Parts: sequence; C-alpha cells; structure tokens
Amino acid sequence: MQNIIFYSLSFLLLLISFLKDRSKTKKSLLKAWKSFENILPQMLGMIAFIGIIIAFLSPGVISSIIGNSSGWFGVVTASVIGSVTLIPAFVAFPMAAILLQNGAGYMQLSAFLSTLTMVGIITLPLEVKFFGKKFAALRNSLAFVFAFLVAFVIGKVVG
Amino acid sequence: MDLIKKYSIFLIAVFIIILAFLWDKELGSNAIETVKFSTVEMLLVLPPVFILLGLLDVWVPRDTMVKYMGENSGFKGALLAFIIGSSAAGPLYVVFPIAAAFMKKDVRFYNILILIGAWSTTKIPMLLFEFSALGGQFMFTRLLMNIPIVIIMALVMDKAFKQNQVEAIYNLAKSN
Repeated sequence: MQNIIFYSLSFLLLLISFLKDRSKTKKSLLKAWKSFENILPQMLGMIAFIGIIIAFLSPGVISSIIGNSSGWFGVVTASVIGSVTLIPAFVAFPMAAILLQNGAGYMQLSAFLSTLTMVGIITLPLEVKFFGKKFAALRNSLAFVFAFLVAFVIGKVVG
Repeated sequence: MDLIKKYSIFLIAVFIIILAFLWDKELGSNAIETVKFSTVEMLLVLPPVFILLGLLDVWVPRDTMVKYMGENSGFKGALLAFIIGSSAAGPLYVVFPIAAAFMKKDVRFYNILILIGAWSTTKIPMLLFEFSALGGQFMFTRLLMNIPIVIIMALVMDKAFKQNQVEAIYNLAKSN
C-alpha cells in the first residue's frame, strides 16, 4: 500500500519534472542512480548476513530464550537479538504475536521490538559510512539503554 | 577486481550460506528464503526513495530547505521532521541516505536527529501492525514512551557534538 503511494508520487513528480526541464530530470535520475549504486554493495552484504542470522533463530528458539519467566536475563537476550537482526515491520509484528502465543513475555518482546527498530549492529558499517563512528556509537547505545526503560514500563503496565 | 572488492561482504555471506546449505539443507534454504524476501523488499522500497531524493537535490533550493528545517526553523522544523519520519516507509537503513540528503541542504542537526528517531519508532504503518499484533495497551504505552525518548535522544546527541564535529558529520554525509 505504502509502496504504491511512494511509486505514484515519484512517478508523478518525475513526470512534472520531465515536462518542465528535461536536463534537470536527467541529472536527478543520474544522482538517484549514483547514490543507489553507492550503497548497494553494503546493503546486499547486510541483507545476506541477516538471512544467515534469522535462519538460526526460529520462533521456537526465540521464545525458549525470552519466555515470560526469563526476567531481566530474557530482556537482555531479547535486546541483543533485536540489535543484531533486522526484520521488516510487517514480518516482525506478526512474528511477535506468534512469539507471544509461544510463551514469550511482554517485557521481553518490548525490548526485542525496540532494539529491532532502533538499534542496528548489522547496519552499523552503513551508518558509520554516512555519519561517522561517534554518531553511530552514541545513537545505538542510547537507543539500547532506552529499550530497557521502555521494557521496564511495559512490564509494569502490560505484563 | 574492484567489483569483487566492493561486494566482498556480500560474497563472504553467500559463501557462508552455501556452507550452511551443504551442512543442513533446511537451514540453508531458510537463509536463502530470508535473503530473497529482504532483497525483494529492498528493491521495492528503495527506487522511489532515491528518485525522490534525486528530484529533491535538483529541484528544491537549499534556501527553501533551510527556511523550513534549517538552523532557525524552531519548533515547526522539528515537527516537520517528526511528521516526515513518522509517515515514512521502510527499515532504518533507508533513512540514512535521506538524512544525508537533508544534511546536504543544511537542515538543522537536531531536526535530522528527530527525523531518524521518528523513523525508527513512531512510523504510523508500524504502529498499526503493532496494534493488531500486540494490542492497544502495548502499542500506546510504547508510543507514549517513545515520543519523549525521540526528543531526549535528539537533545542529548545535539549537545554531545561540538560545532566542528557536526560540520565534520555533514561533510561526511555530503561525500556519500
């Protein structure tokens, strides 16, 4: 659905751009291609490594580690798993629901989801390439710490 | 030769997947399935993003971006960054080239941080998934926590970098 919106939007704007100024449009497409091609190798590498990690972590394996009774140890484990994996949202949330049915705890799931979306160990090389080491290190460690805070509150409110 | 060097990480990963496949067929094909799935996702999400960034770069003058999201854009600039981040599509790594393109147009550092923060936590499609998968109480509690966290993280990081360090980050982002 969102893809349709983005494709229609870019197609429409591209058309307007083409009608207004052909050479500018060509230039913008060239720039788009160049920046895409620039990060493609790293993205492909990243995706391939994610495939390997996820293959080892089946829902059964995950819920055995981050079960309801796993406490803070489970929260730490969940955060580490969330940090090293990168799953698209429309897979991650149904997956979280399955994990919940398999006995995973709310607190642990919250830590998993927070780190999944905010912390990226695998995307770290890419982040460093764009913004440098200090930026990437600080952003990821802050996000990691806050994931615990949110997990704590979720544990109190929902768990 | 250059091409092999550029894709070295990918080639190593492919090699590991082949080993995994030989060791355990199911494990290997699971990995291949995920890679196939994520690659398709990436190739679906990225083209319009880069086309829009290319158009932004060529058509929108730096001054316009500075006016709406630059150094003196205040609360409105931050709000705009928050809205763009929240209505976005795609995983975290997609926001990096977008943030870099904004840096090229001299968008304020704080607003860049809000954009990245919102992208990673308060994306609206993600919230809908979360609501249906884990319930309203879970989703709203996390959202109520995440909004101030995005702001606090942006404030902390904005303070943590000195002026010349921010300039260095902008120069690095511009070189990509």
